[in-house]
Amino acid sequence: MHKEKAEKIKKKLKNSVIGIAGLGGLGSNAAISLARAGVGTLVLVDFDKVEEKNLDRQYYFLDQVGRLKIDATKENIKKINPDVVVKTFNMKLIKGSMEKPFKDVDVVIEALDNADTKAAFIEEILTKLKNKPLVAASGVAGYGHSDRIVTKKLGALCMCYDEQAKSSDDDILMAPRVILMANWEANLTLEILLGEDR
Amino acid sequence: MSIEVNQKNVDWVENETVEQLLKRMKYTFPLVVVKINEKVIPKKDFTVSIIPDKSKIAVIHMISGG
Repeated sequence: MHKEKAEKIKKKLKNSVIGIAGLGGLGSNAAISLARAGVGTLVLVDFDKVEEKNLDRQYYFLDQVGRLKIDATKENIKKINPDVVVKTFNMKLIKGSMEKPFKDVDVVIEALDNADTKAAFIEEILTKLKNKPLVAASGVAGYGHSDRIVTKKLGALCMCYDEQAKSSDDDILMAPRVILMANWEANLTLEILLGEDR
Repeated sequence: MSIEVNQKNVDWVENETVEQLLKRMKYTFPLVVVKINEKVIPKKDFTVSIIPDKSKIAVIHMISGG
């Protein structure tokens, strides 16, 4: 039974395509988890370069400072599993065309940082790519309070959510909580792809 | 005569719209979804949707960080 389940999951994930918007604390860590889990194709979208200050929570290394995050994440994924197909888009998501790189993915992960951009992205995906499953996160700043994090299901949108957390403008971002939420997003993505684990 | 907004008890105001309630609650974060009694209210209806007494309202907002 266990073997059967494993084989079925392996096949399903191998044929899945996941899009990730943003490769900061949420996106870089979610990408690695999904690659390890066996997702066949990842579509990565970011415009930024790795900075030394990112290493406090983002999945990069000192020798990757200065490189594009899309290239650094691709390199890290290939070190784990060279068979994962990684498609990269070096671009800033601009209102009006944010959905473009994600038209053909099975699930979209919102992994942006700025609240306005996050909200605009969600609205654009939900209105332009109707019924496309979308996973988002809000309230990653601070430390502790893991139990405040909940999943909110709102139609095609699935949110990893802490209503009481402060904005990162008024609080610090730290690896444990950011990576917890990144993996919460990755875990929700698996649930969407595979159905609830029973 | 009260409503529940994000699990908090708040006075009900007759003929108050979603937009007015959000202003009263001082919700300034970018909004993702507003639900009244589990029904999603589209953004375009915020100025016309009247909040009934005893409603349960959920406001899902976005805050920065990632």
